[in-house]
Amino acid sequence: MLNRQLKEKGIESLLFAAGAAAVLALFLLCIFLFKDGLLLFENYPISSFLTDTKWYPTSEPEHFGLLPLLLGSLIVTVGAILFSVPLGIATAIYISELADPKISNILKPVTEILAGIPSVVYGFFGLVILVPIVQKTLQIPTGQTALTGSIMLGIMALPTIISISEDAISSVPRSIKEGSLALGSTKWQTIYKVTVPAALSGISAAVMLGVGRAIGETMTVMMVTGNSAVIPGFPSGLFAPVRTMTATIALEMGEVPQGSDHFHALFAIGSVLFITTFIINIIANYIKRRYRFNL
Amino acid sequence: MISGKLLKNISICSVVLLIVAAAFIGIGCVDQEKTTTGDDTGEEVTGSQSIMIKGSDTVLPLSQAESEEFMYANPEASITVIGGGSGVGIAALIDGEVDIAMASRQIKDSEIENAQANGIDPVEYDIAWDGIAVVVNPENPVTELTFDQLKSIYDGSVSNWADVGGEDLTITVITRDSSSGTYGYFQEEVLLDEEYRADALVQPATGAIVQEVAQNTGAIGYIGYAYLDDSITALALDAGEGSVEATPENIIAGTYPLARPLHYYTDGEPTGLAKEYIDYVMSSTGQDIVSDVGYFPVN
Repeated sequence: MLNRQLKEKGIESLLFAAGAAAVLALFLLCIFLFKDGLLLFENYPISSFLTDTKWYPTSEPEHFGLLPLLLGSLIVTVGAILFSVPLGIATAIYISELADPKISNILKPVTEILAGIPSVVYGFFGLVILVPIVQKTLQIPTGQTALTGSIMLGIMALPTIISISEDAISSVPRSIKEGSLALGSTKWQTIYKVTVPAALSGISAAVMLGVGRAIGETMTVMMVTGNSAVIPGFPSGLFAPVRTMTATIALEMGEVPQGSDHFHALFAIGSVLFITTFIINIIANYIKRRYRFNL
Repeated sequence: MISGKLLKNISICSVVLLIVAAAFIGIGCVDQEKTTTGDDTGEEVTGSQSIMIKGSDTVLPLSQAESEEFMYANPEASITVIGGGSGVGIAALIDGEVDIAMASRQIKDSEIENAQANGIDPVEYDIAWDGIAVVVNPENPVTELTFDQLKSIYDGSVSNWADVGGEDLTITVITRDSSSGTYGYFQEEVLLDEEYRADALVQPATGAIVQEVAQNTGAIGYIGYAYLDDSITALALDAGEGSVEATPENIIAGTYPLARPLHYYTDGEPTGLAKEYIDYVMSSTGQDIVSDVGYFPVN
């Protein structure tokens, strides 16, 4: 009896340790990221980091301007959302409300496979197929643009958006839909006046998680957006090369002298990125909880 | 009851923390040991079974490939190869920290003076040739550029091919990322240490430059000669002495302006393992590795 209890306790503490390890990892990650990031501001004023419009990390004097990179990330992400949200929600509505069960049983796993493709494969596809198409269609000097990155990221965010929106739409109680139909509204009227509004919180959370996926993506954007560290115009910047925060870290981390200002600047960018995605995730969670559908 | 549970949780938590802390201390110790053993063997005898090579990041992949093959053939030998840049490598040689310095440039007179003041006598070996090709799309009618034209394209003062004798087409300028050795070399030789234009496309790898140039008629980029293929065209360059085609012959002859020999420097004539290693690099097997890595053999 005592033995069994001990065993029970042992397993319990093992599981607790596993849970604690994840929290601890996050905690340590934060400490190291922020510690190295903050060291930049010993030699380089934080005001310049936030307002300088140039990113010339290896020139004399050095310029570590966050703005072109932050705005680069922003424009690519906004583009991705404009592209993937309508498509994702339409797909989710089709799968959960309209499709024949046979079709939706195929469609849903297929969209989820999209999430399993490695990002370097997306990047390669974008570079070889999409970049020339964008260049020829729009008659612009290069196809490596924010738009190309947005389309690729949009495709990559689709599985997240589809699967979470689909869950939200399916969880709208049948009684509400049936009530609407009983009152004489058509199937389409029920979808856009009743079902979708009822599932709006889940859909919003899906969009936020899609944003989080897009803003943190590295390999694909690095391969297709051209990586010019210039402040993009809006919307004209969509058709010009941009550089994102993630791509900058990936491009320059390889050979940066350890402990240099440049090294710390990359950590500072990492911190900004971390804070951004952290806030997005919190908002997504908040929306999901706050507006959960209650009968 | 509640306090007991809390107490238990706290104790579990501290155990976890202790384990993690121990792990970190462990990592620290391992690192320490490695560095000290490395120093010891380095100080004991230079000609023994362990040597250290440091310097240029351009030569780094070559030295890594050479030392791997050499250690495969001589299992008792241990060669440590470290990058950092040509200047770093030569400085380490002057301080007597390394057995061989790698450099993608010639040693400066000031560095020779410093070395001699330290009792070090640098001996130079040309181990390979490296050529940088400036490439454009095959449909581009431009076949040659002067260094002035190339500089104005890369610093942003010229943005249309018509200004350098081509068609009326926007130039898409492509560079490597700043961690590339070629980025620094090109900046020094062509841009004369000025900045690259901010709107240049930055590619993470040479393959990506080839890809973009091959599919974009207005693009220009620079790549290691080994990456040249039929999908792109190398320009002839004129550094003031007439234009020279980027061919292996011109690169080895030294007439092509963006070609440079890659060097090893040792303190006096090398002995022991350092000599064996350099002999290996200069041998036909070693020079085959040079071609495999993408540089040109010296012979």
